[in-house]
Amino acid sequence: MRRGLSPTWLGFYAVVYLLFLYAPVILLPLFAFNDATIIAFPLSGFTTEWFEVLWTTDALHSAVRNSAVVASITAVVSTLLGACVARASARYRFPAQKGILGFIMLPLVLPEIILAVALIVMMMQLGLSLSLWTVIAGHILICTPFSIAILSSAFAGLDQSLEEASFDLGESRAGTFRRITLPLVMPGIISSLLICFTISLDEFIIAFFLTGTDVTLPVYIWSQLRFPTKLPSIMALGTILFVLSIALLVLAEMFRRRAARRQGQGASATEGFA
Amino acid sequence: MSVFKPIIELRDVRKSFGTFEALKGINATIEEGEFFSLLGPSGCGKTTLLRMIAGFEPPTGGDIIIDGKSMDGISANRRPTNMVFQSYAIFPHLSVADNVGYGLKTKKLPKAEIKREVDKALSMVDLVGYGNRAAHELSGGQRQRVALARALVMRPKVILLDEPLSALDKKLRDQMQMELRDLQKTLGITFILVTHDQEEALIMSDRIAVMFEGQIAQLATPEELYRRPATKRVASFIGVMNFLDAAATSHDAAGLTLDIAALGKVTLPASAIPPNVHPSQITKVGIRPEMLTLLFDHDDRAEKEITGEVVSSDYYGDMTYYSVQLPQLASPVTISMRNTAGRSIAAPGSPVRVGWGTESVVLFE
Ligand SMILES: Nc1ncnc2c1ncn2[C@@H]1O[C@H](COP(=O)(O)OP(=O)(O)OP(=O)(O)O)[C@@H](O)[C@H]1O
Ligand SMILES: [Mg+2]
Repeated sequence: MRRGLSPTWLGFYAVVYLLFLYAPVILLPLFAFNDATIIAFPLSGFTTEWFEVLWTTDALHSAVRNSAVVASITAVVSTLLGACVARASARYRFPAQKGILGFIMLPLVLPEIILAVALIVMMMQLGLSLSLWTVIAGHILICTPFSIAILSSAFAGLDQSLEEASFDLGESRAGTFRRITLPLVMPGIISSLLICFTISLDEFIIAFFLTGTDVTLPVYIWSQLRFPTKLPSIMALGTILFVLSIALLVLAEMFRRRAARRQGQGASATEGFA
Repeated sequence: MSVFKPIIELRDVRKSFGTFEALKGINATIEEGEFFSLLGPSGCGKTTLLRMIAGFEPPTGGDIIIDGKSMDGISANRRPTNMVFQSYAIFPHLSVADNVGYGLKTKKLPKAEIKREVDKALSMVDLVGYGNRAAHELSGGQRQRVALARALVMRPKVILLDEPLSALDKKLRDQMQMELRDLQKTLGITFILVTHDQEEALIMSDRIAVMFEGQIAQLATPEELYRRPATKRVASFIGVMNFLDAAATSHDAAGLTLDIAALGKVTLPASAIPPNVHPSQITKVGIRPEMLTLLFDHDDRAEKEITGEVVSSDYYGDMTYYSVQLPQLASPVTISMRNTAGRSIAAPGSPVRVGWGTESVVLFE
């Protein structure tokens, strides 16, 4: 036997760690259904009132619409860009390939606040007025690396001889892309769309800096925090967002694994985010 | 091959990757209906040549002519060739039937006809009833058959196979070698097989091109390759060969007299000298293990005899390979003997008589 921590202690550590990670999140639905305007224990009773309030808040609805538009466009454009990069890096060797890829992936680790400041300075210098479009531009910048990471494994796992076989059997290049390449990377593409959508939907700093009069959902939430009475309904909104995000991410991971399985390789939970 | 009709002509075909010359001028003519093999060690350019015939890569020089037409500028999807890939390249998201029918769908044939052709192809490769299987439900041998059916269904002029059997275990490989060979003979389609397994090439091919470092060293029938290897390198690549130091002592109309280490003076008739061999340049000759005989009984006779000593023996069931030290030689020679009934195995250290014949001496450049 290896010496070291016993399984009991490792189990205990895991439980404490998960509690630390998820306890604050558990508080969201707890207070969202609590029958009191003050966020404090003890809980007083059950209500769905705060969810009903959301239903009738127009400002919220336009923020949701804005976020949906921004997230959708971001997801599509980022995934398209990501697919091009992933394809190029999987198939071709070109000078300074590693360097170029490194720079493309950089926004993944760059502090968002720095990106946001840099972007706003640049937009000002270019004389662009701030709007949802500038938010979209910023979101594409931070989402594309995620898309590349996901799609790289999908494209790299694609055996080149499959495309050659299709070509050899008389199919055109476009036909090969449609009948072979696309179906095989489709789960990866859907996974990338879902993840980019989720990231954009939840993103605050860039949206806060680069938005004009139209606000996205996170910015709206932040603006509502100034009013203590709105707090419970924000909790309700947070609950919905949390459930939605988790659902999207689980769906994305399912598709990513399916892509890996289709190409006949084992799936591990993290390889897409390498 | 009574009627000679070239299906593929390779004219000084060259390929460079940057400064590296992978193919240095390949010339060959492949006949219609022939089972042709490209045989050579790893990295000699076999796959590169096959991929250029298929049209996946353009040659950097020379011309490839298929069925009388130059293939210059013609892409893979418009060539009358189909490839069986080493990895089989079975489309993982399609069923067996859709895999096999893939090319026919490209041709926009009606559904019923595609189905008929697919069924026919599947029965050719012994996969009747497997049409609805998914790709991942197949064994290695079955995948290989699907890949073959997918090429056959296109009725190409030439089928290109890149080491199609290398992923199979020995028993299945032996079986597939026979099946592939029979199928090729029945259909009469030209097969070009890439392999680095000399045994496989000898068993299956009508003719073999032996390649070293981007060049064809010899192009001949299996028997010719084995009996008359053109160079020392070919000789040692095909089967086992004993090399003995030798020098020509006289050469005239009557024949060539050689002084061979351990074996002594031998006179070969002029007809036994291959045209590419210059007697004055001979430094080594070859002799196959089965051409040397251990004379166990007193009344066993051979054309010539010498005595040696058994160093070791390797038992292979049907055969035994002996290492025998002959006088004047630095290292022992290999002798193979069929294990017939009642014959015991000579123990290491025992003296033996070794029989041989002048006909079995192989000359090369
Ligand atoms: N795309 C390429 N770029 C650079 N060099 C290459 C490329 N393809 C092949 N080569 C080189 O060309 C030579 C021949 O390669 P090839 O794949 O034809 O060998 P092979 O005879 O098929 O060997 P094996 O039996 O290992 O498959 C090798 O030295 C290889 O490194
Ligand atoms: Mg090869």
